[in-house]
Amino acid sequence: MEKRYYQKEIETMPVEEIKKLQSEKLVKQVKHVYENVPYYKNLMDEKGVTPDDIKGIEDLHKLPFLTKADLRDAYPYGLLAKPLNECVRIHSTSGTTGRRVVAFYTQHDVDLWEDCCARAIVAAGGSNEDVLQVAYGYGLFTGGAGLHGGGHKVGCLTLPMSSGNTDRQIQFMMDLNSTILCCTPSYAAYMGESLKEQGYTPDQIPLKAGIFGAEAWTNEMRHQIEETLGIKAYDIYGLTETSGPGVSFECEEQTGMHINEDHFLAEIIDPDTGEVLPEGSKGELVFTALDKEAFPLLRYRTRDICVLTREKCSCGRTFIKMAKPMGRSDDMLIIRGVNVFPSQIETVLLNEGYQPNYQIIIDRVKNNDTFDVLVEMNPEKFSDTVSGITAQEKSLANAMKIMLGINPAVHLVAPKSIARSEGKAVRVVDKRKLYD
Amino acid sequence: MSLKQLTIFVENKQGTLVDITDILAKNNVNMRALSIADTEDFGILRLIVDNNDVATKALHDAGYLIKMTDVVGVKIGDQPGKLSKALEVLDEAKINMEYLYAFMARTEKHAYVVLRVADNDAAEKALENAGFHMITDADVDKL
Repeated sequence: MEKRYYQKEIETMPVEEIKKLQSEKLVKQVKHVYENVPYYKNLMDEKGVTPDDIKGIEDLHKLPFLTKADLRDAYPYGLLAKPLNECVRIHSTSGTTGRRVVAFYTQHDVDLWEDCCARAIVAAGGSNEDVLQVAYGYGLFTGGAGLHGGGHKVGCLTLPMSSGNTDRQIQFMMDLNSTILCCTPSYAAYMGESLKEQGYTPDQIPLKAGIFGAEAWTNEMRHQIEETLGIKAYDIYGLTETSGPGVSFECEEQTGMHINEDHFLAEIIDPDTGEVLPEGSKGELVFTALDKEAFPLLRYRTRDICVLTREKCSCGRTFIKMAKPMGRSDDMLIIRGVNVFPSQIETVLLNEGYQPNYQIIIDRVKNNDTFDVLVEMNPEKFSDTVSGITAQEKSLANAMKIMLGINPAVHLVAPKSIARSEGKAVRVVDKRKLYD
Repeated sequence: MSLKQLTIFVENKQGTLVDITDILAKNNVNMRALSIADTEDFGILRLIVDNNDVATKALHDAGYLIKMTDVVGVKIGDQPGKLSKALEVLDEAKINMEYLYAFMARTEKHAYVVLRVADNDAAEKALENAGFHMITDADVDKL
């Protein structure tokens, strides 16, 4: 296969030059943030660091970290570094007001984000000959907009399907010959099953590649998707806080995701001490946005546990590679691509007049996440009729759906029946195999 | 209101029912009638017993979710068509029913039906007007 790049000179830049470029950008970016984001200036002042102390990437460790808690404290405008009249877009993570992250973009920010997605599409073999079916959700979620924009940059015929309505997805795919599919891996697997049920064999399916992300998936799942759809499946990584998908992407080697290092500076730290770990160590992934104007997070702790390696890649790209995330250093769950914190369930229960005694059970059945919540019944609400109890379950499920954006199955159980170990209830039982 | 039912939340777990009946036996509580509504997740056990207070305390102390529910107890002749007649009365009075279960008396030639309806007073009144006799907790104790 011919090696192709979206921006060859950057993607194959010698490592020393990348580092030099990063250093130049970092110095400028720290100055921009210090001057325009009082919240971060305060953090720097507290640490006794000034922009003059940052002369290159070797000084990065001097800067304070940002966490999701900072984003919550600063909601909505506290980390904004540009006037609103220079911003053109907002995206947001799912979740409650308390946990929600709103990210702002100038046109420049949208452009560089779309460039990142375009690199991912080209790395997956995409060109202006391709029909790109974007089945990520459109809207506040970054998945749809990111790949859509990237598709335009590459010149793909872009199908903005958004997620869901599988029959229509399949009809468009078959009638309009989609060649690249972009969605969550679980939805790709589901579409594969649906195509199979409708009698389509892999050689009848026009797809050649898929770009799948927004949730954890194993290589086993990758092989299954590749086999059912007759494609090559590429991983893509990103988070709303840094822009969206495209922070890193896989090439045909499929041995890790190249980080777009001209825009994002990656570190691995010890999640307990915050100490920077040497390359190849397993730890928490931290990103610094080097070019973003409106929402330029410095040293943002992703909570994803990961390994970075810089080995020569057969694709010719020189960007450092990150492994598939191997876990989280916080309690966030990703269910059907949606971020869920157990504390959100707790909030709903307290609002609805229940004790916060619950257990979340997640499994993956036929590549789809199941999401069950056991809740201990409130004795005062105990009804002697089945309809009375199922109505309570439905009403709780509905309140959780409003809070989380996804629908759980709620099961009321007897008081004190949820397993407690050493006096502490087991809140989450995740039966999925998410990591290799 | 004259007839009390014990309502107990039962998880679909092996051994739960036998545990409950064991507790009642140890406390010398006699069951007159029993009904279970079950779903995929849970069951609701409904009991008419001869000593509500003892049974409630014993099961509550054992950690069960239990409450007393007012129900309508009606005595009907042990003959074909008698239950239909009673239900017709409720239907005509437009009283919605949640559930019912029945039990036989040992001595009398009667059956007893336990009804859970939307409006107990209205149901009793309608049934009494149609010539049915209600049973009370005192009657249950004598059975």
